[in-house]
Amino acid sequence: MSVADTLGQLALFADLTPTQLEAIAHSHEEDVFAVGERVLRRGLSGGNFYVILEGEASVEIEGEERHRLARGEFFGEISALTGEPPTADVVAATILRCLVIPGAQLERLLLDRPQFMLRLLRMEARRLRGTLEWQP
Amino acid sequence: MAAVERPFPPGDYDVVVVGSGPGGLQTSYCLRRLGVRHATLSRDERPGGMFQRFPIFQRLITWTKPDAPVARTSREYEWYDHNSLLAEEPELKALVPDLMDRAFDLPSRAEMEAGIAAFADRARLEVRYGCTWESTRHDGDRLVLATSDGEYRCRAAVFALGVTEPWRADVPGLEHAPHYVDTETPERYADRDVFVVGKRNSGFEVAQGILPWARSITLGSPRPVQTDALALSALRVRYLHPYDEYARGGPGTYVLDVTIERIERRGERFTVVAHGTTWDGTLELEVDDVIAATGFQTPLQDLPQLGVVTVADGRIPALTPFWESVAVPGVYFAGNASQGARGLGRRGAGASSTAVNGFRYNARVLARHLAQRLNGAAPAAEPVDDVVAFLLRELTSAPELWVQKGYLCRVVSAGADGFADEDVVPLTHFFDTAGPDAYAASIEVDEAGGIVPTVYARRGGEIAEHRLEPHPLHEYEGDAYREHVAAVVS
Repeated sequence: MSVADTLGQLALFADLTPTQLEAIAHSHEEDVFAVGERVLRRGLSGGNFYVILEGEASVEIEGEERHRLARGEFFGEISALTGEPPTADVVAATILRCLVIPGAQLERLLLDRPQFMLRLLRMEARRLRGTLEWQP
Repeated sequence: MAAVERPFPPGDYDVVVVGSGPGGLQTSYCLRRLGVRHATLSRDERPGGMFQRFPIFQRLITWTKPDAPVARTSREYEWYDHNSLLAEEPELKALVPDLMDRAFDLPSRAEMEAGIAAFADRARLEVRYGCTWESTRHDGDRLVLATSDGEYRCRAAVFALGVTEPWRADVPGLEHAPHYVDTETPERYADRDVFVVGKRNSGFEVAQGILPWARSITLGSPRPVQTDALALSALRVRYLHPYDEYARGGPGTYVLDVTIERIERRGERFTVVAHGTTWDGTLELEVDDVIAATGFQTPLQDLPQLGVVTVADGRIPALTPFWESVAVPGVYFAGNASQGARGLGRRGAGASSTAVNGFRYNARVLARHLAQRLNGAAPAAEPVDDVVAFLLRELTSAPELWVQKGYLCRVVSAGADGFADEDVVPLTHFFDTAGPDAYAASIEVDEAGGIVPTVYARRGGEIAEHRLEPHPLHEYEGDAYREHVAAVVS
């Protein structure tokens, strides 16, 4: 399946037309990580925004898994948008296939495609609510 | 012809290298230097790989500057000569510049092919030519490569197959168009309207080649030409004339951001139906010729069935930082396919592994990695007396760092006896390896494409990044730099 077709199945991109999906798929690279390979590193600036196309990723702090991310989920957005280094490591828990959008291009994409921005915001809001509920 | 004894008969080897282009030869040379028992096989009859045929328009996009302010036998000269293979022996270094007629500072295809052949010949690199790899399987801890000459068993295989098998995008009707590899002479396009599908290397190369002949040229693909990324691209050196004409409003040359819905044949002409990706609307273009310049793939044969996973629509193997398949241990790639290891890709910058200048260093690092992994042979790390001067010298003149920006770094470890040179490794390896405190020098790129010399400190598993000030001549050995790095390593 092409990257554009895969993106079309993900909630994050559900409002975009096939032509828009094609443009996103062709404008960014795919990357695949081996099991255990680190994708984002805590403290290291200049990271990208990643959308999981296949596989799972583990969000880790000091080697301890705090959260598991699956197909259709994303990571790296906070660091990409704020320019601050990530506060956790993200490690491939299985063979992990991602679409990679460099931070500077994420901003452009969000502004160009407001439907995508809205979807991302909603997912981010749900995550935040989940985080707050976890608080003791 | 009398039977000549061919090297590397079928059998058991530590490593089997497949390919006799620059990637295969560089790997074989480096493995031999390190004493790794290996066989090198090629289906070709002579060295050269893709340069026996490509680029079709006969000139490379990577520079070689025959005269430089440093000696041709120096390590630093490799920075001025992106096309020669690497060697330790002075007589094997920098073989390409002597073969150039100096019409350009970019060698012609024939000059490049001659340079590779000269390297294979003078280094007496043994290759079993005319031996075609046919299939692959596992047998216990061994990989088995079946070939036209019999079976080769090995602990690791290095595939240096190039990325030269024509690949066509899945566009209805594109199957009727010749691929870039079937492009005829430029004269063939005299006074014709031509649509080129693709806006990367081969698309721009073919457009540049037919620019003096065609009546009109339109290039189309979904991805916009990224002018900021092109600042760091070798493509910029030679093939951007068509884009330049379009950007300045010149007539008859068009560079479009479109997805192509279909291509229809109508009599002697074609109709191309395309939708804008960076603009709204649909175009129907009538042209005389369509050329599929949608790129190439690595001829992986049955490796996907063995479990090798790919990126870019199945065209390129997905690789770890040491160029091993992310899914099949023991299967490595060298040469152009080593681009399947993207590296950190921080701030959008990637490795230069698609050309000899970058992948020759990948091959040397890979050979060292294989020697350590298979033979347990780690060359003794040389002591470093002045760590500050050493790191700054590397940042100022190490060709590995300047070519493989943000991908390869030079590492110095700190021990009880002082500092030691740990050679060049992938930056991700440095980040993710638990080990003694160490420092890495790396040339990085910032958001605006500017060059940023960087020193990383790894202490107790924590990485700290120290970006040094840019310098207009890229000279980082002055007092201010010494003070900065001295504070980092103290």
